Amino acid sequence: MNEAVIPGNTRPAAPRLADQYRAIFMRRLFWLALLAMAVVVSLVLNIATGPSGMGVGDVLTGLVAPDSLPQSLRVILWDVRLPFAVLAVVVGACLGLAGAEMQTVLNNPLASPSTLGVMHAATVGASIAIVLDLSATGMAENYLVPIFAFIGAMASIFVIQSLSRMFGATVDTVILFGIATLFALEAAISLIQFVANTDSLQQIVFWTMGSVSRATWEKVAIVSAVFFLCLPMSFRHMWQMTALRGGEDQARSFGVTVDRLRTFVLLRVSLLTAIAISFTGIISFVGLVGPHISRLAFGEDHRFYLPGAALAGAFILSGASLVAKSIVPGILIPDGIVTALIGIPLFLVLIVTQKRRG
Amino acid sequence: MTSLSIDAFSVGYGAHEVLSGITMPLIEDGTVLGILGPNGVGKSTMLRALAGLQTFRGSVHLDGERVDEMPQLRRAGKIGYLPQALPQGTTLIAYEAVISACRAVRPDIPRDHVEKAAEHVFDQLGIRHLAFQALGKLSGGQRQMVGLAQVLVREPKVLLLDEPTSALDLRWQLNVIGVISEIVSARGGICLMALHDINLAMRHCNQLMVLRGDRVLAHGTPSEAITHETLAEAYGILGRIETCSEGRPFLVTDNVCS
Repeated sequence: MNEAVIPGNTRPAAPRLADQYRAIFMRRLFWLALLAMAVVVSLVLNIATGPSGMGVGDVLTGLVAPDSLPQSLRVILWDVRLPFAVLAVVVGACLGLAGAEMQTVLNNPLASPSTLGVMHAATVGASIAIVLDLSATGMAENYLVPIFAFIGAMASIFVIQSLSRMFGATVDTVILFGIATLFALEAAISLIQFVANTDSLQQIVFWTMGSVSRATWEKVAIVSAVFFLCLPMSFRHMWQMTALRGGEDQARSFGVTVDRLRTFVLLRVSLLTAIAISFTGIISFVGLVGPHISRLAFGEDHRFYLPGAALAGAFILSGASLVAKSIVPGILIPDGIVTALIGIPLFLVLIVTQKRRG
Repeated sequence: MTSLSIDAFSVGYGAHEVLSGITMPLIEDGTVLGILGPNGVGKSTMLRALAGLQTFRGSVHLDGERVDEMPQLRRAGKIGYLPQALPQGTTLIAYEAVISACRAVRPDIPRDHVEKAAEHVFDQLGIRHLAFQALGKLSGGQRQMVGLAQVLVREPKVLLLDEPTSALDLRWQLNVIGVISEIVSARGGICLMALHDINLAMRHCNQLMVLRGDRVLAHGTPSEAITHETLAEAYGILGRIETCSEGRPFLVTDNVCS
């Protein structure tokens, strides 16, 4: 036990706690910067990987001075590879941030955007658009499925929020309604698949596999805009969420309106998830594993935990996208499959590491 | 000068009323009030309600202002609450937990001020050595100390502490209760704490309240509140209050009532 409290103790004064903490703060900042650099490296490698030969040097040159590249390479770089690679980064960041916030407000390290059925609801929306073949209505076909997926995801959140508000927005009620919604949506997906014709069924299945290959600059802009709109709001709540990790009753007694915080955060999480996956299809594990990596590296001070989870999510999906292109040259394996295949063993390693550390 | 009045106070869960119509004489500045009573009698429920975490009926006034009508932020600035159980599975470090207690709803407080307050409270409780450890790796007693640091760093006028010594060894029990008594006598304010250790309560509280059933069985100074009769009625035990060589009363338990 500490001897500083024993009267007559004449030890020299200990260094200030704030100064000692500063060292931890700077170390975390360094790791955060390193993670950001890893994301940039994965982004460049992702851009440089593909069937038509384009080295890292070409990519860097083409990014700085596009006119120095031949027309064909310039089109490949700016219209194909770049939106593809950037979408992987921003979607990963959205899912990582959403997962981190969700795990905090639901006080559950297994929570992720799929926990509340948001992903399943998006699938229902997308499946309806595919089965009904609404392209005849004159809407841009490229955006029909994403719009329906988004509507589905937001509708599920509206239902869960309404039910939770009716019965008190505690962690238990939110998770219970989420799980109940999830099962109902699974049944709905099966029903749609049952009535779908062969073409539609194939499209639905492909959508559920998740891929950033349908990237365009408009999609990148929309997802980025939502991410950068949500990020300051997340930072505004960072101290409240940090306090929440020290206990819900404690946080309430500090003046944190926990129910309101939970409602706001879940709405933000839903928006981030819905917008991200509506353009890519289902991408699992990023929202689960990203926050775990961040927690291991940065602890749960949300000044570091939130950006750490966003960067970890971005790195995972960017890396997965790179692997998806590289496993079988010329064949693009859906990212959703790769993230799951990489995510599961990574997740197990993290759990074992945590257990060993005690 | 802080004062707290509790009048016709009732609290419960749904239709089940745990405490019913409790009225107390005015609790004045400098009071350390120990709340005693058997398990499940409503000590924790009473503290939770006073902290604004549970609705109650009746009226509770802090410095003449109704507690249940205060905005949450204002109430939080005046009342500090330490729950019985604190979370285990978090990697948040103790120093961050204490800083976040200040910053959660007041991110505008200057950094220097928060750092000084945190430094002071870690020294006051003698837990500097825990400052950079994850809460999840601390023992129950150590977590309780950090929880108390989170309460004290905000310098509330009213301290509501739910069994603050339940997980502490003897030395730290004395240390914690000593710090709390010192704070209340030096800085003023009021402390209400639920306790199980009657000897500790008799020694360090200047008033005691014994709950039994849904009401207050006894209230007053330790010697007024703890008697042979109240021990038998509240806890169902036969006990005596003896006086030690230093003149302090202490409880000797003989048997359970037949």
